[in-house]
Amino acid sequence: MKLSQLAQARSGDKGNHANIGIVARQPSDYAILVRELTAARVASFFAGLGLTRVVRYELPNIQSLNFVLYDALAGGASQSLRIDTQGKLLGTAILELELPE
Amino acid sequence: MPLRIANAAGFWGDDLSAARRLLATEQIDYLTLEYLAELTMSILARQRQKNPLAGYATDVCTVLSDILPQLQQQSQLRLVTNAGGVNPRACVQAISQLLVQNQLSELPVACVAGDDLLPRLPELQRQGLRFENLDTGQPLHELSAPIIAANAYLGAQGIVEALSAAARIVITGRVADASLCVGPAQHHYGWNNTDYHQLAGASVAGHLIECGAQVTGGLTDRWSQLDLTDVGYPIAEIDADGSCTITKPRSSGGEVTTATVKQQLVYEIGDPTAYHTPDVTVDFTTLAVTSESTDRVRVTQATGRQPPASYKVSLCYAAGYVASGQLLIAGRDCQKKAGYCAELMRRRLQRNGLLPNRWQVELLGANHGVPGLLPAPTDAYEVILRITGQDLDRQRVEALTREFAPLITNGPAGIAGYAAGRAEVRPQFAYWPTTIPRELVTPTVTVLPAATWLHEVVR
Repeated sequence: MKLSQLAQARSGDKGNHANIGIVARQPSDYAILVRELTAARVASFFAGLGLTRVVRYELPNIQSLNFVLYDALAGGASQSLRIDTQGKLLGTAILELELPE
Repeated sequence: MPLRIANAAGFWGDDLSAARRLLATEQIDYLTLEYLAELTMSILARQRQKNPLAGYATDVCTVLSDILPQLQQQSQLRLVTNAGGVNPRACVQAISQLLVQNQLSELPVACVAGDDLLPRLPELQRQGLRFENLDTGQPLHELSAPIIAANAYLGAQGIVEALSAAARIVITGRVADASLCVGPAQHHYGWNNTDYHQLAGASVAGHLIECGAQVTGGLTDRWSQLDLTDVGYPIAEIDADGSCTITKPRSSGGEVTTATVKQQLVYEIGDPTAYHTPDVTVDFTTLAVTSESTDRVRVTQATGRQPPASYKVSLCYAAGYVASGQLLIAGRDCQKKAGYCAELMRRRLQRNGLLPNRWQVELLGANHGVPGLLPAPTDAYEVILRITGQDLDRQRVEALTREFAPLITNGPAGIAGYAAGRAEVRPQFAYWPTTIPRELVTPTVTVLPAATWLHEVVR
């Protein structure tokens, strides 16, 4: 099952770090996200970015998770040479992540 | 009636028609315009270096021209913006000129400054401040590159003072984004600086509207079901306890739903239990988000506590030059050919001793936008070759921009897209995240009628 079936996402930058906010489409999907969408799974999914670590935060009140991807932006808004200097694409990208049924 | 605050700009360069469209159908108390990102501050600082009258977000003049009739007719309407950038006085003077030309000579305009640390850095360092880089721990004195800008993120205090002195337009330098909303709310309801739950609620409202249409249908995966042509910019209706309703202008495009609000709550945050602003540290995990009616979402139960003892500082230094160019490469073998073109350019620059120090090759259309996400497609007929180079030596970056055009005649067949001309060489900036103790920064507030500000220029 693709994450896009369970959640919406948006991403942004803080210096060289990116964050991805994940919001469950249905409140009942939140428990699945908490169980399956681990920091380790997100770190391995985005290994190609060269990030150093991923921290996950839980917001059960709004059925959301927040991931901070450290050193994910190859220098960030001011210094990255990538086309996506600010990690704007990561929110769309994470929806491709496959979760166990 | 709750306090109505609308935001019609989420960054410098945002939709110029947003304010005009918003005020055409809505009566509001405050219009905010948020223009400053980390990178924007460095660009503005570079402009100020070249011209002492530059260094502010000039978009504000265009927007103000559009809304002059409402400012004249609606005595409750006030404008609060960080358009001042690194030169709030110059911004105030440009705006005052516009006001005087339009029979608004008496309109009180405020300048909120005191955030600029650049001229104070040597003295502050002599006093023992190390301005350590929050990521690396390195003290600032070890940085040899020229510092371009250093600004403390001020809170709502200066804005509250300006509004208390009856300012109708408040121009600030680097004020935290959410504080543009907190200032009017704190002034309106008379909250103390320790009314943390109320300040937290207003900060949440500010966080939700500061990026403009991102909370009203922008950044949506429902784009095929919405009309975004006339997307409405957000309005926060703030109550005396700090709770708010997020909405948008009648008959505007987009949507405000619990989904758009939740998504914007988690936009560009770190630890949700400690969202730091200069005014309050907010806990997002106590918030309740509920649907009130169509395009109206309630956000309640914000909790706040004492803000950090230091202000965040936006400090940028010069990091050489950068340029980026693109060519369209076509053919069944386009990906291989694009790789070969990149290699040709690299070898030619190397031969001439002008290869930039940092070198990035991307094939757009071949899944390079997010490195490592997906394998390269097997059936692409066209890709865009994008090459970006960076170096402290401007000459090497210029050399890169010259290497694209020759490929069209002395490289492989099937290359197009050079009609736009040579890529621009831009100065590059690097960001040094640091802090300064609050007691070392005092906001300065000056409120004068527009005509008097002009007199200040003459003197």
